[in-house]
Amino acid sequence: MSCDDDDSPPQGEGQLTLEFDNHVGEEDLELNQDYTNTNGEIFRLSKLNYYVSNIRLTTNDGKEFIVPQDSSYFLVMENEEESQEVTIKYIPAGDYNQITFTIGVDSLRSTMDITKRHGVLDPAQGHDGMYWTWNSGYIFFKMEGTSPAAPLDQDHKFYYHIGGYGGYESPSVNNIRETTIDMGNAVAQVRPNKAPEVHLHVDVLEFFKNPTTITIAEHSLVMFGDYSKTVSGNYVNMFEFDHVHN
Amino acid sequence: MFITKKKIAMRIACFLGLVLTALSCSEDITGVEEQKPTPVSLAIPSNFPQPVYDLSVNSLTEEGIALGKMLFYDPILSRNNTISCGFCHQQATAFTHHGHDVSHGIDDKLGRRNSLPIQNLIWYRNFFWDGGVHNLDLVPLNAISNPVEMDEDTQNLMTKLKAQQRYQHQFKLAFGSEEINSTRFLQALSQFLATMVSGNSPYDKYVRGEGFQFNSTQLEGHALFKQHCASCHSSDLFTDQSFRNNGFSTPDDLLKDPGREVITLNPDDRGKFKVPSLRNIEYTAPYMHNGKLASLEDVLDFYSSGVNVSSTLDPILNDNGQPGISLTHDEGKKIIAFLMTLSDQQFLSDRRFSEY
Repeated sequence: MSCDDDDSPPQGEGQLTLEFDNHVGEEDLELNQDYTNTNGEIFRLSKLNYYVSNIRLTTNDGKEFIVPQDSSYFLVMENEEESQEVTIKYIPAGDYNQITFTIGVDSLRSTMDITKRHGVLDPAQGHDGMYWTWNSGYIFFKMEGTSPAAPLDQDHKFYYHIGGYGGYESPSVNNIRETTIDMGNAVAQVRPNKAPEVHLHVDVLEFFKNPTTITIAEHSLVMFGDYSKTVSGNYVNMFEFDHVHN
Repeated sequence: MFITKKKIAMRIACFLGLVLTALSCSEDITGVEEQKPTPVSLAIPSNFPQPVYDLSVNSLTEEGIALGKMLFYDPILSRNNTISCGFCHQQATAFTHHGHDVSHGIDDKLGRRNSLPIQNLIWYRNFFWDGGVHNLDLVPLNAISNPVEMDEDTQNLMTKLKAQQRYQHQFKLAFGSEEINSTRFLQALSQFLATMVSGNSPYDKYVRGEGFQFNSTQLEGHALFKQHCASCHSSDLFTDQSFRNNGFSTPDDLLKDPGREVITLNPDDRGKFKVPSLRNIEYTAPYMHNGKLASLEDVLDFYSSGVNVSSTLDPILNDNGQPGISLTHDEGKKIIAFLMTLSDQQFLSDRRFSEY
């Protein structure tokens, strides 16, 4: 029987906070301020919202903790600071170095009856919300703003409203994307008396280039359509580990 | 002394009895005993299949249905308080918008599709001509948020409802507390919509053996209908709920409204629309997704000689390279005679669904 105290796994439960810090390259994102993307296009954002859901945490020795589904849906909004900090409770103590999550809302939850979809998942969000009422489904990612590169007849506005969980009865666009944040050698030490904060940078520049070049000039209005798959294929790469406070 | 199992059971029973007595005697501060909503059991016509909508999640109650009806007929649901659900869904025309080819909404704006009847909705797997909405609870949100229909923000609508005492009162009766939220709002509307069952037409009485007999024209019409129409307008709902291109759209129409393709983004779905039910069709003119046909004679003329051929035209309508349905004028008249037996006068005048 091994009784070496130093090797025994940490006991109890703790909490962890994920901070989604929107950036443009190295700069902190400010709404309504000019930036230049990697295509040389000047742009400013008026809105940046996205759903983060189905979070899983993995320790550096491979133990996985799946956040209970009912408490695993978050809407991050650039104009609401509180929404950018996602706190997960009742996590088994451990040294976590991988975080996996969905950007968007899974198909199962998207089609549950409304009694299981409250708060940020309420389908009755109103005009400015993250839900399509004509094609029942969540808008996973919404980025809006203006750019001289966007057409004049759109008042130079651009809109990226990306959703689509794969279709209900007939297959359709599926933009459910998952990303895994690898913290490398860093760990978030979850303990009963420790509440680590993991800071993620969410880089808008990646949206326009990684892996596909997306220009505002050519694609200033992307909503429910085939090209949305290219957009979600890029925004999934916006999420990067920056640092952790233990 | 030993305490026997029986004694323990009795003690528990006594304790429970006290709790139950306490619960049943609970009174609110006004001294009036709390009223529970009164359950309603929905009569399902015996010739209908099992409903799709899960009534166990949203159990019908008298108070919930009454709230749903209040909401259905209240123009407060629209941005400028002018358009109610009942505006485009009028009972006398099986809850369609009488006299309008495409729906006519807020600020006199026009939609691009003909408003569908409201009847037997709990049997539907999806809603609207393109099937974009997949649950009855979500149906009202589409009309409320549509900029050419009601153009209201649901969050603003909740604020408007909360400001009215009659709604505070009715939400409490229906759901046990005055809280007004979107889930309750949508469930109340679904409850009212769920009660709108049309299953008492002469045809229903004929198939259920309740005393109605077809005359010879109706009988021949029924046989012709089964031969030529029932592959799509199937079951006693008179729709198989599939999406099909019936060849009504011209190439120009397809550009304006590609139908189901809008939802699936699949070019094979271009020009496909949901096969509509034919119940109460006598009253739901004009016809087709864009309301371009004024009469049933026009509809049958279209099927016999007006079908547009395109790559997505339903194969049933393009047999042996001959587009459409081969029908004589006389056969068409008999089919129409049969369709008239689908009119449900009781439904069209049922006071439970009436605005006044």
